[in-house]
Amino acid sequence: MTRQERAAWLFVAPVLTIIALVFLLPTLLALALGVTDYSIYALADWSHLRFVGLGNFVTLFHTPLFWRALTNTALFAALGVPMAIGTSLAAALLLNDATVRWKPLWRVALFAPYVTSVVATATVWQYMLNTRFGLINRALAWVGAGPVDWLGDPHASIPAILLFVTWKIFGYNMIVFTAALSAVPQDLMEAARLDGASRWERFRHVTLPAIGPTLLLAAVMSVAGFLQLFAEPYVMTQGGPAQRTTTVLYFMFDEGFKWWNLGQASAVALILFLLILAVTLVQARIGRRYEWL
Amino acid sequence: MRPRFVRGVVANTLVALFTLATLLPLAWMVTVSFMPRGEASSFPPPFWPSRWSWENYYELLVRREIDGAFFDYRVLPALWNSLAVAALATLLALLLTVPAGYAFAKLRFTGRERLLRLLIVSLVVPGQVAMLPLFLIFRELGLVNSYAGVILPGLAGIFAVLFVRQATLAIPDEMIDAARLDGAGELRIFATIVLPLLAPIVVTLALFVFLGSWNDFLWPLIILTDQDRYTLPVAIAAIGREHAAEGELMMAAAVVTTLPVLAIFLALQRYYMTGMLGGSVKG
Repeated sequence: MTRQERAAWLFVAPVLTIIALVFLLPTLLALALGVTDYSIYALADWSHLRFVGLGNFVTLFHTPLFWRALTNTALFAALGVPMAIGTSLAAALLLNDATVRWKPLWRVALFAPYVTSVVATATVWQYMLNTRFGLINRALAWVGAGPVDWLGDPHASIPAILLFVTWKIFGYNMIVFTAALSAVPQDLMEAARLDGASRWERFRHVTLPAIGPTLLLAAVMSVAGFLQLFAEPYVMTQGGPAQRTTTVLYFMFDEGFKWWNLGQASAVALILFLLILAVTLVQARIGRRYEWL
Repeated sequence: MRPRFVRGVVANTLVALFTLATLLPLAWMVTVSFMPRGEASSFPPPFWPSRWSWENYYELLVRREIDGAFFDYRVLPALWNSLAVAALATLLALLLTVPAGYAFAKLRFTGRERLLRLLIVSLVVPGQVAMLPLFLIFRELGLVNSYAGVILPGLAGIFAVLFVRQATLAIPDEMIDAARLDGAGELRIFATIVLPLLAPIVVTLALFVFLGSWNDFLWPLIILTDQDRYTLPVAIAAIGREHAAEGELMMAAAVVTTLPVLAIFLALQRYYMTGMLGGSVKG
């Protein structure tokens, strides 16, 4: 071994050991755990552990709450991604306007919610969304709309949580879009302007194609993010009302650490993994198509 | 340039209003936290306290004797726990990942490319998959309800290693080779030549790790069972389950949790923003 090689191993071995112990090994064990009936009995005494094959998955598919959780999570993603991406893009376009001054100031202010703690800001929003004392309903009252029981009405709870999530995360994609917008070819923009293209036409035919790949990538990555919602419903609604905000991860947490059905919960984790893997493969495909990879 | 002037006024006003709306919840969090008890639960909901009072912070943070028994929400211990956990996690993560990232970029060793590929592939696996078995492993090792148990998973910094590697690639090889020709050892090259050049990256990474650890919720919720060991988010969630109706108290708790990280972010936002775009560090 050369001196350089020795130094290299000295540098990489500690972190690789930790990655292997707290990430790779448990991930492999998750596969094993998913085919056992690991529960509170096995937790007390290993001899109670049995191999159940795909039994956990069969049970899951017969559990209405699991389907509820999947549906809720899909709804969160389907509604949340357009909402979050739309807000980010609107903010980025607004900030990109040549006449806007103090851009760094606005950018930092709009990004601020992203770095806050989910639990703390969810607490704040729980209060913002309060039926009687919340600012949201007060604002609605101004425009003459009746009070909405945001976190208590099964139909309003998902939009209510999405309002909070959008507020919290839009700054992230806004920054990414701002960078993409600064790369829009200005000579093309100028040519379009000289040809008399309207504002919308310029956006549609110059800006959009230029930032399209970024937009797509952000959307796909957001789907993966929305699949992992947990703290928001945990703090704001405890999965209710009528289990409308129980997400896949919330279901996994309850199954695992409330009822101690760790085998069953592992099966949920594996399904979540497959879903995220599918999204990531789509992302890689898009990446290759636009030659980023 | 008259239309341009009008457009400027409209655009700037829109941006200002949008920013105002975004910051409103944070501002309200602060003003409500200073309201006297019960004021936030009046109709219509007030934005400004009728009188500024510290009583919510006092109740939240100070241990008091009630009917002969001591009572407190254990927010202050949680604050120290969060601070210690985040600081230690940051320090250890830097110590582990920065040299590794450098080695992956600039040092030749057998298996380097294969290990690198393995790291990139494992980015696909979400952390939640490892959580349940990890809990069982930590249980066997006696790490449940310990700070080591909270910190350890965060030290498996795959993103951080790749992030440092990406930044290190920009350092010219000639510089490192010249030092080698001059007879400097590898450790010395790393410490005196590479590390100073990586300083901005190290600050960025430290910021990411610190904020990530401070805001982390699911894993501490799983691994910590003893109230006195709770980190702030876990403590706040627990208080919220019992005192959700006491808006002023909860807002004070939210301020205590949010303000420190906002302050750090504002002070170092330059690093954060460039770091976010430069590497693919998970947000």
